[in-house]
Amino acid sequence: MTATILPSLAAARRLPNFWDAVAIVVVFGALIGGLHVAQGTLVPIDTPGATQVSLDPANLPEYAVRTTLRMFAALFASLVFTFTYGTAAAKSRRLGLVLVPVLDILQSVPILGFLTFTVVFFMRLFPGNVLGLEFAAIFAIFTSQAWNMAFSLYQSLKTVPADLAEASVSFHLTAWQRFWRLEVPFAVPGLVWNTMMSMSGGWFFVVASEAVSVGDHTWKLPGIGSYVAMALEERDIAAVLYAIAAMLVVILLYDQLLFRPLVAWSARFRFETTAASTAADPWMLRLLRRTRLLALAGETFGRTISALGGLRVSFRPRSARKLTRTASRTVDAVLLVLLGLAVAWAAWRLGSFAATELTWSDLGQTVGLGLITLLRVVVLMVLASLVWVPIGVWLGLRPVWARRAQPLAQFLAAFPANLLFPPVVLFIVHYRLDPDIWLTPLMVLGTQWYILFNVVAGAAAFPGDLREAATNFRIGGLLWWRKVIVPGIFTYYVTGAITASGGSWNAAIVAEVASWGDTKLRAHGLGAYIAAATDKGDMPRVVLGVAVMSAFVILFNRLLWHPLYAFAQRRLTLT
Amino acid sequence: MDAAVESLVRVSHCRQAYHKEANTDLVVLDDVNLSLRAGEIVALLGRSGSGKSTLLRIVSGLLRPTEGEVLWRGRRLDGPADGVAMVFQSFALFPWLTVQENVELGLEARGVARAERERRAEAAIDLIGLGGFESAYPKELSGGMRQRVGLARALVVHPDLLLMDEPFSALDVLTAETLRTDLIDLWSEGKLPVKSVLMVTHNIEEAVLMCDRILVFSSNPGRVASELIVPFPHPRNRLDPAFRQMVDDIYALMTRRPKPEPRALTAEPVSPMANPLPSRVGTNLISGLLETLAGEPYHGRADLPALAGALQYEADELLPLAEALQMLQFAVTEEGDIQITETGRRFVEAETDQRKRIFGEALRMHVPLVRMIRQVLDERWNHRASAVRFREELEDHMSPDYADDTLRTVIGWGRYAELYSYDEEEEQFSLEDIA
Repeated sequence: MTATILPSLAAARRLPNFWDAVAIVVVFGALIGGLHVAQGTLVPIDTPGATQVSLDPANLPEYAVRTTLRMFAALFASLVFTFTYGTAAAKSRRLGLVLVPVLDILQSVPILGFLTFTVVFFMRLFPGNVLGLEFAAIFAIFTSQAWNMAFSLYQSLKTVPADLAEASVSFHLTAWQRFWRLEVPFAVPGLVWNTMMSMSGGWFFVVASEAVSVGDHTWKLPGIGSYVAMALEERDIAAVLYAIAAMLVVILLYDQLLFRPLVAWSARFRFETTAASTAADPWMLRLLRRTRLLALAGETFGRTISALGGLRVSFRPRSARKLTRTASRTVDAVLLVLLGLAVAWAAWRLGSFAATELTWSDLGQTVGLGLITLLRVVVLMVLASLVWVPIGVWLGLRPVWARRAQPLAQFLAAFPANLLFPPVVLFIVHYRLDPDIWLTPLMVLGTQWYILFNVVAGAAAFPGDLREAATNFRIGGLLWWRKVIVPGIFTYYVTGAITASGGSWNAAIVAEVASWGDTKLRAHGLGAYIAAATDKGDMPRVVLGVAVMSAFVILFNRLLWHPLYAFAQRRLTLT
Repeated sequence: MDAAVESLVRVSHCRQAYHKEANTDLVVLDDVNLSLRAGEIVALLGRSGSGKSTLLRIVSGLLRPTEGEVLWRGRRLDGPADGVAMVFQSFALFPWLTVQENVELGLEARGVARAERERRAEAAIDLIGLGGFESAYPKELSGGMRQRVGLARALVVHPDLLLMDEPFSALDVLTAETLRTDLIDLWSEGKLPVKSVLMVTHNIEEAVLMCDRILVFSSNPGRVASELIVPFPHPRNRLDPAFRQMVDDIYALMTRRPKPEPRALTAEPVSPMANPLPSRVGTNLISGLLETLAGEPYHGRADLPALAGALQYEADELLPLAEALQMLQFAVTEEGDIQITETGRRFVEAETDQRKRIFGEALRMHVPLVRMIRQVLDERWNHRASAVRFREELEDHMSPDYADDTLRTVIGWGRYAELYSYDEEEEQFSLEDIA
């Protein structure tokens, strides 16, 4: 173990070792692969092979690399967005007034519906070049990753412990130093967790965004997503399986190579005053610490970052910071008026746009379809809860099983459900089933796992003395469920259910329409409506459908989940 | 004041008030004067909520007073002062920084070069007895060690004035004592790189043990009630009769009822909402203290410091309790003693149901707020009343925290006496289940 090496000895042994050789091969391999892919993005769009995929499994490794790079590019963009938008929302009271609700809405808007238009936009930015398509795909993935990360940072910045904030003021830290020494470290654990979640959520969009059609033209960016789309068109079940296997490998790789070490590392930033028992370091982190060169590089990197964070940058002179109360009120008033004008203008534009293209009956129709989709979501949530809550409790109360189940559930949540559509479509076609009912389960295929792993976590955290008390008083059967365990895990359950229901709405756009070759199955619902309008390039109806769906999601959250969550926080937490 | 001795801080006619929607401002500190000279340790002693921590934050520049002036070395203070370092009750260590990094933080903020920073941090760490723990993270340390880090972090910037906000109150008795004596030893030997120390405490013995001067605060609004000079040389002996006498005297000072303020004849009558009730004084504590007082060896009368010692209470915990007994007229306090009354004795001798009745009578008679709540409930056709309304009225007279504590106390007491019941979920008083 490295821990047994004394610091002086370690310094003397900074010579490269075997692990360095391994690491160098890995690093340079990745670099060359990345360069190769980057070259592919700069070619004209009509270059042969630039926007086509073949189902030959030999191409899959390259496709996997390209898809992964797209995902990480999107993740990088999300991080940039998080650190600008999230920080601005938290730091400026006035900006926060607008930015926070906007973020809340963005979180609930099914961006999938807008995909066609973003593609057109980006293709006009880079006419005739593949780069436009690449940006469009990356942007789509970005929209599935960024919001919850920004929210996580915002919430951390808003809940920085008061005594530490006071200490940093009293020790004269500048705003810059305070940000890097106090606020960012405090936000790291939440941010890492949300980054992981975002990465999982991104896969769903990869499949939808790599193969896009605008009007009657279809482009396929080489990648796993377009490979899958191709396989579905060609009715090639073997290719679907290859794609699933490739994805498994990719997910496993970045989980092991990146996220596990990251989570283990971020534990040091967890704000707790007692030393918690920690799991053993993941092998990748151990490897990083063992390789002399990489460890040295990491140290230098860390020291540079630390030095940058320690710079005494101050944005404003201290004395200029305080406006008088009346002056501040005036600025507020001016901003409010400007904001009001902007909103009025937007409303007028929307109104005139809707008036020329849409009728009241369109609205009636979409609301009606929205109600059908709502019914689906509700039924699915009830069913998923009935199935997964008992299983989750069973697993959670058995630590050994919980440890095994947790990563599996997280993996399943990352798994894009659209890959599982083909068997379902075959099944429905073969037995001539009603798509209105049998397409429905596809909506929760990917999202039900959030319920499972939150319930597992809740049951695992259930206090041992309460369990013993319940056993001691011979509380069993239904009474145990009603009075003991369900209240005990309720907060966790609600957290999982919020994510699951939000995801199901988004999935409706893909899940209410499924195809296998020429066979198209269509259920009635708002998701199918948006998908159909997107296919036709009917922008007004896409906007209407997406707006109505957002309204449904927001109302559902505000009227059901938020009150439930508040209730659980107030009454069912143990502290 | 002696002009020859260097004056560090001068606070004059300081007032801290929070603006309220209603016409009354919430006054936390009122007309406070304080002057600190080099070479002394001064304590701000008072009950929780007497504004002493607020004053400390004003002196540190973290807080700007509503009125009055703070002079730091003769210049008006604007923002956190250079040459002032603070030690926090909760330690306020950054959990992701090692001991060394935590200590270096203040130097880094001042732009001290790396080598110099490391040298000074190591010196401070060694001085405060943390050698060997440089690379540890705070969560690996015990409470006492953590506060040592807090001290080293403050001392490393060589402040002229060291501010300490109840620095030992989060520690257990033995650890706190070690830290106090270590600190005083360093101070007496002239090893502390500071000119003066200002500490906030609610522990009377701690103030007498460590400080040269004690400012005793009265509450609501916070004022300096009296100023005492501690004449004993270091090291001090807690068992010395003169030491004990001083502790006794301060107890007496702190339990003395404030004289009612002269009111203009035209002034409106005192509202039942005007006075905050002591917080965290449950009925079990009241019964417990009364039983203790009535039994061996006190036989109805006890010396408060001795009682606090026997019960292992700090003054801050015992005083609100004594005050509650006094308010309910179960006991009276005078000159640092507490004496059980006839009603108090009857309460001790009674059975559970009768106790509740006696308690209820006392509440109705001496706690106007309880009387008012019950009256409102009796008058309503559905015998229900929202707590929000009472809280809002309370907040016209006191800070939201006080209002919350007061309401909590009233809920607990009234429930015990079965004068009314309370629904936490609905935040509603009612007469349900009340015979």
